[in-house]
Amino acid sequence: MPGSLIAIGDALPYLLRGSLVTLIVVIGAMGLGLVLGVPLAVGQVYGHPALRRVIAVYVWFFRGIPLLVLLFLFYFGLCTALDINLSAFAVAIVVLGLISSAYQSQIFRGAILSLPEGQFKAARALGMSDLKAISVIILPQAIRLSVPGWSNEYSILLKDSAVTYALGVAEIMARAHFVATRTYQQLPLYFAAGVIFLILTWVGTKGLRLLEEKVRIPGYSTHGL
Amino acid sequence: MMPAPILRIENISKRYGKKDVLQGASLEVNKGDLKILIGPSGAGKSTLLQCINFLVKPDEGRIWLDEQEVHYAHKRDLYAYRQKVGMIFQDFNLFDHLNALENVRIGMVKVKGMGKAEAGERAVMELERVGLGDHMQQYPAQLSGGQKQRVSIARALAMDPKVLLLDEPTSALDPELIGEVHAVIRDLGNNGMTMIMATHQIGFARSLASEIIFMEDGRILERGTPDKIFNHAENARTRGFCSKITELYGER
Repeated sequence: MPGSLIAIGDALPYLLRGSLVTLIVVIGAMGLGLVLGVPLAVGQVYGHPALRRVIAVYVWFFRGIPLLVLLFLFYFGLCTALDINLSAFAVAIVVLGLISSAYQSQIFRGAILSLPEGQFKAARALGMSDLKAISVIILPQAIRLSVPGWSNEYSILLKDSAVTYALGVAEIMARAHFVATRTYQQLPLYFAAGVIFLILTWVGTKGLRLLEEKVRIPGYSTHGL
Repeated sequence: MMPAPILRIENISKRYGKKDVLQGASLEVNKGDLKILIGPSGAGKSTLLQCINFLVKPDEGRIWLDEQEVHYAHKRDLYAYRQKVGMIFQDFNLFDHLNALENVRIGMVKVKGMGKAEAGERAVMELERVGLGDHMQQYPAQLSGGQKQRVSIARALAMDPKVLLLDEPTSALDPELIGEVHAVIRDLGNNGMTMIMATHQIGFARSLASEIIFMEDGRILERGTPDKIFNHAENARTRGFCSKITELYGER
């Protein structure tokens, strides 16, 4: 047992630097997913039928193909074929971000559709264009309603990020595996990796819960009935 | 000489699928008029009001405001026109993420391009006018129905509309809250605001309307002074509706 603790202690700084990589990948992917997900959702709710179909295909594509396949397709496939020089780290963020945008667009779409449609009408009745009504009235509310959904998205992205190990991204899993195979201390190292993921999940969901509380509209509860 | 009507609506028609919800409705509204639309549900009152500011696009018909025809296909004209025609909805439709003051201010800031400070002052004035000076920081979920409707009236007034459209403004309210909204509307009327209102509140309509318009099945069947419509209606349908509704909602 002391041997295990020593193995964890020795590897910890190295693993923690890996968790920084993991966090950057996850936050980058969530950010990209947000930036792309909002316009996708708006397009899917308010857009021309042709646009809606295009977005539906996009969502189907990124939700339907396994992460590992997409990572290989982009990193070994597209980057090579198109002669794009991107690091595994960058590809990891882009691929996870595109997948997340597909999922996040559905979170936003649900949120937009859950708003009473009268508010959109009232905004237009004041003389706002559709686009202005969406950006000034609809999105500020839809994004607030999406925070609980993000918590889900965050924990899924966090766990999915371990798969980027297959591209050689030096995140938690890659580092735990690297040390474990050299020191033969598999049990303590993978255990430590698991614990780091649990802590990151806890911190992230706690943070999002605080955000949810902070952006709460007065008069509405976030604590259930 | 008769002054030119402030709002003229000619032959507005709207059909959804096979159903004609509006069949050639025409209306002339003079400055300071309060026209009241009555009629059974499905008569087309709400559709007519929504066609007037093009929230529902009419299939046919033309509209003039101040003798200028509204070309609603031109977005810029449409947005400018909507600023001049305020709309009050049955279920208030306040912006839930904004407090009362912000609800009233946002149109001035985002549509008229006024500065926040100036718009804020005007918003305070409008909220005080509808008796909500003490509730400016409150959010819609913290207000009663009557207060919400008064905020929505303040929101419309802040845009300096020439005409106000009111779509059953008290139908979603508890009976004891109707009075406070009626008081605000009565005040507006006394100050010369031009309004078109759909309502079932017959007592209120009788005491204030400059003209009552009876609609059924998408048509305007009869129009006239409250006295004519309620006491000497020519059309049997009007008489039937009026006696029924007086029994239900009549105050006097």
